[in-house]
Order: sequence, then C-alpha cells, then structure tokens
Amino acid sequence: MTWPHETYSKIKQLPLEEQVLPGTSLCAGCGGLETLRLAAKVLGEKVVFVNAAGCFTLLAVYPFTPFHGSWLYTTMGSAPAGAQGIRDALDVLIAKRRLPKEEDLKVVVLAGDGTTYEMALSATSAAIGRNLDFYYFCYDNEAYANTGVQLSSATPYGARTTTSPCSLQHPAGTVREKKDIFEIWRAHRPPYIATLSARYPLDLAEKLARASRIAGPKLLLALSPCPTGWGFDPFQTPEVARLAVETGLWPLKEAVQGEVTHTYVPKRRPVEDYLRLQERFRHLFEPTRQEAAIRHIQDRVDAYWSRVRAEPPR
Amino acid sequence: MTMSGELLTGNLAAAWGARLAEVDYVPAFPITPQTEIVETLAGWCERGDLAARFVTMDSEHSMMTAAGAAAAAGARVFTATSSQGLLYAFEVLYTVAGWRVPLVLVNVSRALAAPITLESDHNDVLAARDSGFLQIHAETCQEVLDSILIAYRIAEDQRVCLPAIVNMDGFYLSFTREPVSRPEPDRVRAFLPPYRPSHLGFKASRPQALGVAVLNSVGYSHFRYQMHLAAMNALAVHQEAADDFARLFGRRYDLVDGYRLEDAEDVLVMSNAFATKGKAAVAAARARGRRVGLLRLRVIRPWPSAAITQALKGRRTVAVLDQNLAPGLGGILYQEVAATLGGEPDRPRALCSFVGGLGGRNIAEGEFEAIFARMAEAGERGRGVGPILLYTEEDRRQMDQWVTIAGNR
Repeated sequence: MTWPHETYSKIKQLPLEEQVLPGTSLCAGCGGLETLRLAAKVLGEKVVFVNAAGCFTLLAVYPFTPFHGSWLYTTMGSAPAGAQGIRDALDVLIAKRRLPKEEDLKVVVLAGDGTTYEMALSATSAAIGRNLDFYYFCYDNEAYANTGVQLSSATPYGARTTTSPCSLQHPAGTVREKKDIFEIWRAHRPPYIATLSARYPLDLAEKLARASRIAGPKLLLALSPCPTGWGFDPFQTPEVARLAVETGLWPLKEAVQGEVTHTYVPKRRPVEDYLRLQERFRHLFEPTRQEAAIRHIQDRVDAYWSRVRAEPPR
Repeated sequence: MTMSGELLTGNLAAAWGARLAEVDYVPAFPITPQTEIVETLAGWCERGDLAARFVTMDSEHSMMTAAGAAAAAGARVFTATSSQGLLYAFEVLYTVAGWRVPLVLVNVSRALAAPITLESDHNDVLAARDSGFLQIHAETCQEVLDSILIAYRIAEDQRVCLPAIVNMDGFYLSFTREPVSRPEPDRVRAFLPPYRPSHLGFKASRPQALGVAVLNSVGYSHFRYQMHLAAMNALAVHQEAADDFARLFGRRYDLVDGYRLEDAEDVLVMSNAFATKGKAAVAAARARGRRVGLLRLRVIRPWPSAAITQALKGRRTVAVLDQNLAPGLGGILYQEVAATLGGEPDRPRALCSFVGGLGGRNIAEGEFEAIFARMAEAGERGRGVGPILLYTEEDRRQMDQWVTIAGNR
C-alpha cells in the first residue's frame, strides 16, 4: 500500500539544516535523538521546546544547548501545561502588540514514555481538551530509561526491565501489555496523531509537514530504540528500528481528525527477528525457549494487522 | 488621592490587586476558600474589564507550570490557590522560582488534610517558605490588595527576579468584607510601570534556554546561592517599594509591623489576620497597665532578621504565637525567631512558644490574657515556656463528647 507524499518524496528534499546539533550528553546510538533530529529539520528554527524531565533533559546541559531555538525545562507531570503557558503568553503578547507576529514560535513538548503514558497523562488530556495548539513529541523507549531502565506503561509484554525482572513467577518479565496511547489520544479527538520511526525518514518528515499545517493538539509518537536499555550495540539502532516496523510491532500510522490511516504496511517478518536482537528479550530464547510468550507476541501482532486489513484502503 | 473606600472581601481585594496590576494571564484552578478570586477574574476577562487571558487548568500542578512558563515568555501573570492546592503545586514552586521568573500567587491560607477542614492556619504557606518564592502575609483586606502591587514591584525588580506569594487567611479575610480603598489606575501605573521585561521571553529572534540541567555541584551551588542573594536583595527593594507606595497612596508597609512597642517589656509576635485580635488584646492589656506590645511579621521570605532583632532587642519576654504546628518540633515561626535572636547579646530574657488558631480555631481575649500572664511569669524567671497549645477546658469537654459519640456504634 502506498501513501501519497505531498512534501517529502525523496531524501534529498529533507532540509539540510540541522536544528539539533551534535555533542550532547545523550547515549551513543539514541534512537530518540535521531527521530528528534529529523522532526526538528521539518519544524525549523522557530521553535520552543518544553522539555519534561527525562532522557532529553540531558540535551541542554549548562552552559550548552544543541538547539537554535528556545528551551524550557519542566517537571514530568506538567510539560503540556508549560506549553499552555507559553502558547497563551505568546498569543497575548502578540495580541497586545508587545511581540511582533514574526517572533511567534511553534510550541513543542518533548517527553519520554514515562511522562507521556503515565505522569503527564492528566495534564495532556486537559491540554487536548482545551484544544491547545501544540506539538507533543514523545520519544518512546518503552521504559524509564534515564533512571536505569525501569518498567513503564509503555514497556511491551515480554521485555525485562530492572523493575520487571524475570522470575519463576514471571518468566517472561513484563506480563502486562503496552498501553495504547495512540488510541487514548484519539479518544480525545485531537486533529492529528502519528507514529514515527527514524528508519523511515520520509514517512516521518511527511507527517511533521502535515502536522505543521494543522492547528490544535498534535501527537508525534516516535519509537525510540534504546541501545542502553534494550541491550544492543549502538550501531544497530537503525536495524532495530527497521525491524520494529517490518515485524508489524510498531505500525506506522496517522489519524487525521480521528481517521486512522496506515502509512506503511509491512510484509511482516516474524517478531522473533526483532526480539532476538535485544538483551531485554534474551530470556525468551535462553536458556530455554519460551514458546508461549513468543507466540503471544506474534498472535497479538497478527490480530492487530488482521483488523487493519479489514479497513478500506485510503 | 485614592478612590473612596468600599466594602470588599479579601478575595475581591485580591482580584482587584491583579486587575490594577494589569496582568496579562491568569491560569486558574478552583479551591475553597480561594475560588471567589478566580471567579471574579474570569468574569472581568470575559467582559473585557481586564485585558488578560483566563484559562482554567486541570490542577494546581498544571496551573503553576502554566503560570511560570507564561512568565518566562514575558507575560505578567497572576494566580491564586489555597491549602492542598498549594501542596499539589509544590514541585512546581521550586521549578518556577528556579527559573527566576516573577509572578504573584495569592495563597488563601487553609489548614492541611488529614483531617480535612476548610478554615485557616498557616502550615500550607509556611511549607513553601524554602521554595524561593517571596512571601508577604497580609493582615487586612486592604493590605491584600496593596501587597499584590508591592509584590509585583519586588518580583519584577532586576535585583530580585523571583516569584512572590501574598498570603491571606481563609474566611477571616477571604470572605470578610472590610473597607478597602482602591488605588486609581493611573497612580498604580506610576507605582508599577507597564510590564516590559528585557531579559525574559521566548521569541524567534532571541532564543533562550531556561532551566537547563547543571550536572555538577559547582553550577548547582552557584545558582541556588544566587537565589538566596536575590531573595536577600528583596529586603531593600521592599523598602523602596514601600516608600514609593506610602508617597503615592498614603499607606505605609514595612517588613515588620510594630504595635505599641515603644516601651513594651513583653512582646507578642504574630502574623496575618489574627494579629488584629492580638493588637486588640494588647490594647486591652495596656488599659490594665501591662507594658505589652505586638510585632507582626509581614514579610516572611526573605526573613527580615535585622528588623526583627531591632524590634525585639532588650525586651523582657518575647512570645511567638504560631498558627501552625510542625509535629515533632512545635511552632515554625517560633523556631525562626529564636534562631534570629539566639546570637544577639541583648536578646530577650525569655522566649515563649504558643500554638493557636489551628484549623481556624478562634483565640479568645481571655486566652491572650493568659498568654500575657505566662509571659510575665517567664520573664520574671528568665526562662521561656512552650510550645503550649491554646486549648480550653471547654474545647476539651466538647472533644470528649465527640470522641464518645464516634466510639459508640
């Protein structure tokens, strides 16, 4: 299935300018940083990032910042409220002619999955309810990675974290399913939601371009392979990102005014190809293969895509 | 000079303070007994009486973040809360103060759960005393309004750049109508110029990063100590603002408010609305020949050590009447006053600690008489007492009765 690209159909069309400069304190091979780098190219310079406490707090460490644009550090639980305050202040100051309109900025929340799926969910729900004109960029590395990889609501079934270890009682590690934040957002009826992968830069850039043309709350949910937390060599980040999509575990999709479209339908390799690359799933294969757990993950993916196929093509 | 006095509740006086300060932005969340403030502002914003954006937030945590972020973006911001709401915002108080952005938060003091109650004491606001917010505690509805204007002047001063809390007592001020003289807008502008911050604001032509991480103790120590120095600067800035305010409006506010201190040998230290009761008790005791006085603590952060020391030196007995209780310690302000006086060569002979007015409990005149008697006794002996909870035999009979009822099936 093909998806029409209106703005970015060739890699050469991506902006050459870098908005996130190198040399930050983030881990080598951070999949989240790569997604942000690509997204920021499309968003451009006139941006204020409202950062929720998390891995990306390490982007701006005094006296350095990697951004051309502005940055505000906020708490985990209230980054969308920080975006509200800035958006409102910019609007008010422009209306009162204390700030020229050319000085206006895009307001972008930067948050990890701990913030997005859990602590700031209430503040996010309210910001969507107020129809706040903002971008919510989530680097979803499926754990509280910055604190040493603990279970979050985004941790998938079968993954091991330091707070969901494998045991005789729980041989698969995490035994609950990843929260479906895409659908939770969609239930709020925001104008735009999309999933992103750094390994699919045109798909990513196109979605950012679409989002930029829409006023209101916009979620950009980026699966962010985490070499440190997931246990793979940093050079494998693109491959892990690719396999997440190709196995069907991370569907690339968007919802414009609530209507869901899959922007890429993979041929679907077995989930095992993706799981095997990562230390966090190693226990599913060694010392003994946990067939039931692997089957469970595969069945869930199969069930998801069987529903997708039932959708009419775009 | 000023418009004629009108009867305003403390809450309405607070709303007028924000209106006269011509604030740009009011993020709000309701909580008793503060709600009348944001309701009033909502109406004014809706009708265009106040050119500000009013936004109902989802919690005090979000409200405080939005307030701080808007202040960082260059808007003049006002908000209000109370009690549990202040505690819910607590994490963000430190964050916003660390951003070094000015805004004014009115806290309508209310006791903290559990057990839950609605009336006033000061454990809520005093819990915030180390957040970096400046704190002004008002005694009257007039002082609520005036203190908001003064608070903006201090908070926005380049030597300070810290947010401020103006505190008033729930019910005793929030819903009590008192004659309030409303300053004329033109004169307010002379006192508090239109807000045009040069150092704050997010804009395309001049990006800034605020609140960035400092992953080392050297940087952290530096920035924290800068906050301390800035808060200390607020002492002098307050006096400048108070001088200007007195000149323009004829009302004088100092860091501390002395009442009949001239020859007082025993001095009661209080804050907020119950200080009025204390002053009445002092007047009554004076009429009976006791040489007593009262020192009201008005600015609590920064802590006006010099003014307190000056006011209390050489007295026979000083008793702090705290409307708060730190379990395992006693009265909070007593501890701070004691620490302030501790190193002074001519400190009072005796320091006493009383705790009263918890959960809005009244303090009767008779209780003040008992306090003065204990103070005199302590002064004679040269040894302080306390903490002593103000609690009468009648209170205890009432409580015994309730315990009996609660215990019976």
